[in-house]
Amino acid sequence: MIGIIDYGAGNIRSVGNALDRLGVEYFISSAISELERAEKLILPGVGEARSAMESLDRSGLIAWLKTVQVPFLGICIGMQILFEHSSERDTKCLGVVPGSIRRFSASQTKVPHMGWNQVTLANESNLFQGIRSDEFFYFVHSYFAPVTEHTIGVTAYGGSFSAAVQKGNYYGVQFHAEKSGNAGLQLLKNFIQRC
Amino acid sequence: MLTKRIIPCLDVKDGRTVKGTKFRNLRDAGDPVELAARYSDEGADELVFLDISASREGRKTFLSVVERIAKAIQIPFTVGGGIGALDDILRVLDAGADKVSLNTAVVLRPEFLREASLAVGSQSIVVAIDAKRENGGWNVWIKGGAERTSLDVLTWATRTANLGAGELLVTSMDTDGTRTGYDLDLLRTISDLVRIPLIASGGAGTKEHIKQAIVDGKADAVLAASIFHYQEISLSDIKRYLHENNIPVRV
Repeated sequence: MIGIIDYGAGNIRSVGNALDRLGVEYFISSAISELERAEKLILPGVGEARSAMESLDRSGLIAWLKTVQVPFLGICIGMQILFEHSSERDTKCLGVVPGSIRRFSASQTKVPHMGWNQVTLANESNLFQGIRSDEFFYFVHSYFAPVTEHTIGVTAYGGSFSAAVQKGNYYGVQFHAEKSGNAGLQLLKNFIQRC
Repeated sequence: MLTKRIIPCLDVKDGRTVKGTKFRNLRDAGDPVELAARYSDEGADELVFLDISASREGRKTFLSVVERIAKAIQIPFTVGGGIGALDDILRVLDAGADKVSLNTAVVLRPEFLREASLAVGSQSIVVAIDAKRENGGWNVWIKGGAERTSLDVLTWATRTANLGAGELLVTSMDTDGTRTGYDLDLLRTISDLVRIPLIASGGAGTKEHIKQAIVDGKADAVLAASIFHYQEISLSDIKRYLHENNIPVRV
């Protein structure tokens, strides 16, 4: 069963609706004792990095999240906090993926980056099986992850940033897969069936 | 490339979609959940639902409509109309909406905008501005276009961005429902002034109007209602037309 990590951050209902649509069974919890029984984990996220980390801390999840062995998918803020650090209120993050999260420059582009943008596939990953390169996904964010060796999807806004990353069993997508129409559903299905 | 968004808007009264002219003469335009699913299938980039129910019963019905919409579609949607307190915001987001649109309440008490964006994040806060021409400028109107304020639209737009608005939904009351095109001066002036996304609203009658709002009005997204409800122009027609005119759209 899929475990959705509940830390009081936004779009849990949306992720649940998407999994319902896929006919996938899931549970929502913030207790390690329950989450460690999940075959796969999803960390949704809306909002900002500092409050996300604080609320994971309050739930006592931080140390455990760094040692998870099952396939793990972070969405939006859930992806950003996989990195080492976010400049959003100078926040120390989980550090399972190397690199730092920075803010878009408002002098170059409108902030937030909001709407449908294309994801160019970078490195091969099961997460994007059956999804064409340059497919559209829905983004809403003001901070971005750099392009590194762990990048599996790249998007251009101002410059290029990581729209999707993978390091071992940890996957992250900056876009809201649960709100990205059929392509988003395909990605979630890939995570559930192929990752 | 970030694409320009096409956003059908549905006014919902007592659980049904309605459409009027200049905020008046409401006509029935169908079941909102059914319309939402249709628009989503046809390629809408987002949807906006405005609750214009006057009664408490109507508002309760609306919340259940929001829940049904969230289950029926897989694209983002915004909910507005009569949201006056943080509890209202949490209720619609919890029902599955992605954003709320705030209007009268934040004009009457701007601090509410700051509180709301701190509580749920700017990305979930759309500020709707109803603008009407007056003495060479535009004034902010509230209460669904029923009440004039002395507030200047440009001053207010700048201020909302500073208070934490994630994007602006600007409706020209002069052009709304007339299907003669958007108020391009209004859009361009605001787009040059603020650095958050701008959604154009009020006046779409043809696909050329939508192109103008993006090219001349510099809007990031366009909202329209009646041209979609009565199926005169399809979303895919509009997108194809914009694409042919070198405007980036999701196709």
